Amino acid sequence: MSTDNLRRGSLEIIDSKKIISRGSLYVAQARLTAMFKWIWMILAIAVANPVLYLLSIGVGVGAFIDKNAGPAGIDGVKYLTFLAPALLATSAIQGAIDESAFPTLEGFNWWKNFFGMNATPISGNQIATGVFLASFVRVVGTVVIYWFVMLAFGALESSKAWLAIPTAVMAGVAFGSITQAIAAQIKDDNIFFVIFNRFIVMPLFLFSGTFYPLSSMPVYLHWIGWISPLWHATELGRYLTYGHAMTRDMAIMHFAILLSLLVVGVTLSRRLFTKRLAK
Amino acid sequence: MITSTAVAIAEARRGKLGERVYSGRSRAIFERGYIAFKSATWMVIVSGFVEPVLYLFAFGYGLGKLIGNIDSGGVSIPYAAYIAPALLATSAMNGAIYDSTMNIFFKLNHDRIYHGMLATSLGPLDVALGEIGLALLRGFLYALSFMAIVVPLGLIPSVWGILAIPAAVLIAFGFASVGMALTTYMKSFQQLEIINIFMLPMFLFSGSFYPLSVFPSWLQFIIKVLPLSQAIHLVRGLTLGQINTALLGHAMYFLIMIAIGLFFTTKRLNALFMK
Amino acid sequence: MSTSLVTARGLTKKFGDFVAVDAIDFDVAKGESFGLLGPNGAGKSTTMRIVGATSQRTSGDLTILGMDPEKFGPQIRAHLGVVPQQDNLDMNLSVSENLYIYGRYFGLSRKYLKTKIEELLEFAQLEEKRDAKVESLSGGMKRRLTIARGLVSEPEILMLDEPTTGLDPQARHILWDRLFRLKEQGVTLIITTHFMDEAEQLCDRLIVMDKGKIMAEGSPALLIKEYSTKEVLEIRFGSERNSSMANQLREMCERIEELPDRILLYHEDGEVLLEQIYSAGLHPKTSLVRRSSLEDVFLRLTGRTLVD
Repeated sequence: MSTDNLRRGSLEIIDSKKIISRGSLYVAQARLTAMFKWIWMILAIAVANPVLYLLSIGVGVGAFIDKNAGPAGIDGVKYLTFLAPALLATSAIQGAIDESAFPTLEGFNWWKNFFGMNATPISGNQIATGVFLASFVRVVGTVVIYWFVMLAFGALESSKAWLAIPTAVMAGVAFGSITQAIAAQIKDDNIFFVIFNRFIVMPLFLFSGTFYPLSSMPVYLHWIGWISPLWHATELGRYLTYGHAMTRDMAIMHFAILLSLLVVGVTLSRRLFTKRLAK
Repeated sequence: MITSTAVAIAEARRGKLGERVYSGRSRAIFERGYIAFKSATWMVIVSGFVEPVLYLFAFGYGLGKLIGNIDSGGVSIPYAAYIAPALLATSAMNGAIYDSTMNIFFKLNHDRIYHGMLATSLGPLDVALGEIGLALLRGFLYALSFMAIVVPLGLIPSVWGILAIPAAVLIAFGFASVGMALTTYMKSFQQLEIINIFMLPMFLFSGSFYPLSVFPSWLQFIIKVLPLSQAIHLVRGLTLGQINTALLGHAMYFLIMIAIGLFFTTKRLNALFMK
Repeated sequence: MSTSLVTARGLTKKFGDFVAVDAIDFDVAKGESFGLLGPNGAGKSTTMRIVGATSQRTSGDLTILGMDPEKFGPQIRAHLGVVPQQDNLDMNLSVSENLYIYGRYFGLSRKYLKTKIEELLEFAQLEEKRDAKVESLSGGMKRRLTIARGLVSEPEILMLDEPTTGLDPQARHILWDRLFRLKEQGVTLIITTHFMDEAEQLCDRLIVMDKGKIMAEGSPALLIKEYSTKEVLEIRFGSERNSSMANQLREMCERIEELPDRILLYHEDGEVLLEQIYSAGLHPKTSLVRRSSLEDVFLRLTGRTLVD
């Protein structure tokens, strides 16, 4: 076969319209394929994480807290029940960070494969959306597994408990999309992870009313909860899994904040991906 | 033949013990660490000290309100004073494990810094000792700064607590030498992950946050044998001033860890550095 | 008679079942510039690491400056300057700090290094970059810094593994110029390369390696004389006709090599040969007469091109 034939053939095979309409799905597919190479590792972590944390902190620390609190409990329930929705949202966020930060740094800095994708008809927007979609799939999987472990621990008391799945997922992908936008800006990733983890992720994890009600912290630290997707998802999760007291307006507000963080994160990461690729 | 000074220095060691692997200049590795620290990653290193402090505030004070006092060795003590030594021991472990596994693996396989070092008249043992020395220095500084925060907060009720600093260095030494020995057998970052998979449950169940007495006795036994629980008991005994012979046992545990770790590291040095 | 700095007899290195270096013999004389030429995977870098006393041989005898690297690794390495194939500069340090700390690895004094660093920065033409981070340097600058670093201990032998791979033509020429100066100063150079022009430029004597074995040994000129003709005519008939034409041309020259894209005809006088081809009524699309190079030697010895 001569080279002329080769060239003509490829023109027929490549349907640019199809790529333009489905580009982000192709990117997501590539990400998921990469993820599936570690599927057993991911699943093992997704199961082991909730079991270990719920046992160690929920049951272990819980034994001392419940004894101290007496029949009134924490927020009216056992400590395990109080803690579980916060850990559910935490695992969503952790999974989302993994699937946003690593692929983004890899794509721009380590392997530079985003630039390769961008040389095809796939746009920067589509790459950003594709990475987001793949992370979304991972987060849903993690949260569903976590939820069933919570069920096994007897930490779900309300019939609305299943709704904690979408709220946790939303917190995860909202945080993930913002991480994605930040990571797209990073050139020196040596210190990025350490700084991001120690100065952003960890304080938010520790001070978002995760382990005790936000109200038991000094007032001047409450703002951490308000800016943290974790706190909003935790509050909603507590309302949905065991009926933590909450007005309708507050519920709507928590939901609205998560939604707006998500919209901002996705819009920003699409814009910054396109900008970085065009440089 | 004109003999350059480098040759004269190397010849001076001819016939000395271990000359093939050790040139007596691990301080050069130390000096490199100091220069690199000055210029590049100070932010990362400084931030490493933030972690246990955040945990102390979140758990010690936040959770402490819900838990109240904890009974340790028959004495009722505030929760923050109970977990502070555990956090010190844990951060000594984490720092040492990171330095001796991830950090060394990266320098070995990606930076290729060690290839440059070993093309000189340095030996592999110089490099290993220099790196462990750096890790210990870092562990010492972390322990020192952690103490500088917890002592004024009144979380170290006993003067024996001052010994928690050398204890943290001993713990770091134990973990670093075993971590380095393990790294000599690792072939990929994924294999290194196995170490982390082992570390998380150890962290969660070693009695950092509450006494082991809540666990069934068979589980208590397993946990007590693990190094982190040994470390926590050692440091907690010192900071709370609960001095007994068991502390010597814990210290011995780490001396043995150091001996075993260094034995295998030395044995595998060529496999590690001179592939 | 010059003294031999490196003597290898039956030098062998195996990785499991794979024989990377297969019982080779060679000598490197004091003050000479010695080359190891061959394609990727020929065993050059492995040989370099064994001679550099950072890798242990499987069998055979090896003496470097009269010492066995198995027993006197640090003493031998004190005589060597090593420039590895992949730069392994210390990314956390600046240009001058890299030179300084490398000297410290040899145990050299701060006072000595202070003046030595200035000298080396000048040699590497990096005076203005002394405080720059290594990461910000161009490929050619990094390479020059790595060479300068290798010189910090004033070594007797400088070992360079693929010194100009990945550099643009201008950077290569600057580097070659620096290496010539070292040669003039009497430094013994051991160089691996898969570039013919580099070997011809830099090496007094070389061994051609393939699959762990030595295929030939000698000076570039001698090798060309022995394994090739004075000139080569390269002609193209277009990818589909080359092989049919090759059969017709076989009788006209000493030797013929048929490559996928062109035909090489070996002859003492290329122009004369081209005349003959035209007068035989053949009309190649392109033609080029050039002098024989080590590339032709390698092709003759192995039946393969060097860069593939």
